[in-house]
Amino acid sequence: MDIHEYQAKKILEEHGIKIPTGAISYSPEQAVYRAHEIGGKTWLVKAQVHAGGRGKAGGVKVCHSESEVLEAADDMFGRKLITHQTGGMGKGIYRVYVEGAVEIEKELYLGFVLDRSTQRIMLVTSGEGGMEIEEISEKKPQSIVRCEVEPAVGLREFQAREIAFELGIDSSLVQQLQKTLMGCYSAFRTLDATMLEINPLAITKDKSIIALDAKMTFDDNALFRHPKIAELRDKSQEDPRERNAADRGLNYVGLTGEIGCIVNGAGLAMATMDTIKLAGGEPANFLDIGGGATPERVTKAFKLILSDERVKVILVNIFAGINRCDWVAQGVVDAMENLDFTHPVVVRLAGTNVKEGKEIIKKSKQPIIQADDLMEAATKSVQIWQNL
Amino acid sequence: MSILLNENTRVIVQGITGKLARFHASEMVDYGTKVVAGVVPGRGGEKVDAIPVFNTVKDAVNETGATASLIFVPPPFAADSIMESADAGLQFCVCITDGIPAQDMIYVKRYMMRYPREKRMILTGPNCAGTISPGKSLLGIMPGHIYKQGSVGIVSRSGTLGYEAAYQLKELGIGISTSVGIGGDPINGSSFRDILERFNEDDETEIIALIGEIGGPQEAEGAEFIGKHISKPVVAYVAGLTAPRGKTMGHAGAIISAYGETAEEKVEMLSSAGVTVAPNPAVIGETIASILN
Repeated sequence: MDIHEYQAKKILEEHGIKIPTGAISYSPEQAVYRAHEIGGKTWLVKAQVHAGGRGKAGGVKVCHSESEVLEAADDMFGRKLITHQTGGMGKGIYRVYVEGAVEIEKELYLGFVLDRSTQRIMLVTSGEGGMEIEEISEKKPQSIVRCEVEPAVGLREFQAREIAFELGIDSSLVQQLQKTLMGCYSAFRTLDATMLEINPLAITKDKSIIALDAKMTFDDNALFRHPKIAELRDKSQEDPRERNAADRGLNYVGLTGEIGCIVNGAGLAMATMDTIKLAGGEPANFLDIGGGATPERVTKAFKLILSDERVKVILVNIFAGINRCDWVAQGVVDAMENLDFTHPVVVRLAGTNVKEGKEIIKKSKQPIIQADDLMEAATKSVQIWQNL
Repeated sequence: MSILLNENTRVIVQGITGKLARFHASEMVDYGTKVVAGVVPGRGGEKVDAIPVFNTVKDAVNETGATASLIFVPPPFAADSIMESADAGLQFCVCITDGIPAQDMIYVKRYMMRYPREKRMILTGPNCAGTISPGKSLLGIMPGHIYKQGSVGIVSRSGTLGYEAAYQLKELGIGISTSVGIGGDPINGSSFRDILERFNEDDETEIIALIGEIGGPQEAEGAEFIGKHISKPVVAYVAGLTAPRGKTMGHAGAIISAYGETAEEKVEMLSSAGVTVAPNPAVIGETIASILN
């Protein structure tokens, strides 16, 4: 789960990291009021959206008067911000963060990730802040300093010191950087983050180390033990189709084709999409209905697929292990009897209780097209779609 | 021979009183797996379909001589259950649970390092379908009837794609030595590399099928290992050619976030290592058959 910059900064501040004075606002008027409260002569007005690359896309404005703040905020509210990370749809701006500007001497990069190779938390830093990490690793790879965290003891102060010296910062700042690194690790570790990025982490002219931007992503699987983090979820930043699916306990990713897919298992769902493409069609979605799918969950999946107006044909592909074909078949039949739709439905069942499942479909007298294998199911779906 | 389990493997089921655990424990018994105990704290002394339940894994091991465990414990408590089985001296553990926090798995992996390699439990999963040596033992949630005994070793991140491969092979009259599900989580017990190494040493396995997907470094590491150390033919399929970048495709680990993590890049690396890559999931079986003949 992603959160906004201002929320990440608040969390980091609680862990001892310095941040510029700032305040959140929900209207242009409030933005001006906030600027006035903060004081000073220069402010940054920053669109709060769940995506990087805001600066280049016009989501961050430097303002030198209160009227400029009003203008900048007025221009942002209600607009969709399209950055290289949002996709063509963009993300709506409904909150704007106003921050007092600081005088920067040097910019650093700081990131914590779950490294899948070492299976540990990894700290990534660079003296070349301000650029995205991909750009740094392309243009200045030698500037990157990495550090692996031993889980049994956590990040140690000597590691933080080593990094500080390796980055070549002024020795009077080493202790401050050490405190920043330890604070970030503590936030990452205790709140089950999967990514934490401060870019840039600035050294100011008055020799202070301060987080100018902040990004945090949390492990969805760990939200059960972090109710305060779970409350930070901002549904306005999610694809409405995916939001609906998540609220129904289904795993869904919207695509742009016309063949809707209902599949169990993430791998098989991806493979089903790949096979549709190979057979000459385009999948409308990724949907994994998961293990132990009841007839009710299958009906929910149908409702979700049918809410996408692009969908013309529905392909159900189930290879049951933890699932049961009879439950899935009953769900398909229930959906066709109770939901009002005329889309052709192709069903392929295999695995646990497959005989019972096929029998339920046959007895139902619904116009369900059955297929025995994946290729046949994909080919039939694509042929029907082409002949519509 | 087969890898990880055989007809003598004695299995406990952690969390056996849950609905799904109970269903699959009885399916496993029907398949012929020696399910000797269940473990549910506070339910020791009860029985689930004639299987005795114990309070702790240690009790179950002492009383029944169990050697392997299957975990169905809910995600908040599953990491603890894995550590409990590692500590009780089991040789092999399959964790079915989906949704374990990634940082919990970091601690599980670190905890297991306290045992010397020869005494260290082998963990597969979490978020996997299990492991089966057809005709010998089934430790997981897969439908046993789709697996025929034979000489193909399967290792797969996805459970259902593992089924798909086994089913296609059976239709072609080809059987399997062992099929191992390593799971769809970003941090898991065994990698492709770990399982490939075992298949390479297994007399019964003639050819290896690797079924990967987008996200993570494991296919790349597997490809490198194959190029250097695997003498047996390897066939692969990688799911997710149509998956968009930056989106989690069901499995917590199936997300393209770095170079080398797309299906195309993985196919390229595997091909360069001498692996025959099936162009689509419907021909995994045929591709293996063409090499066997």
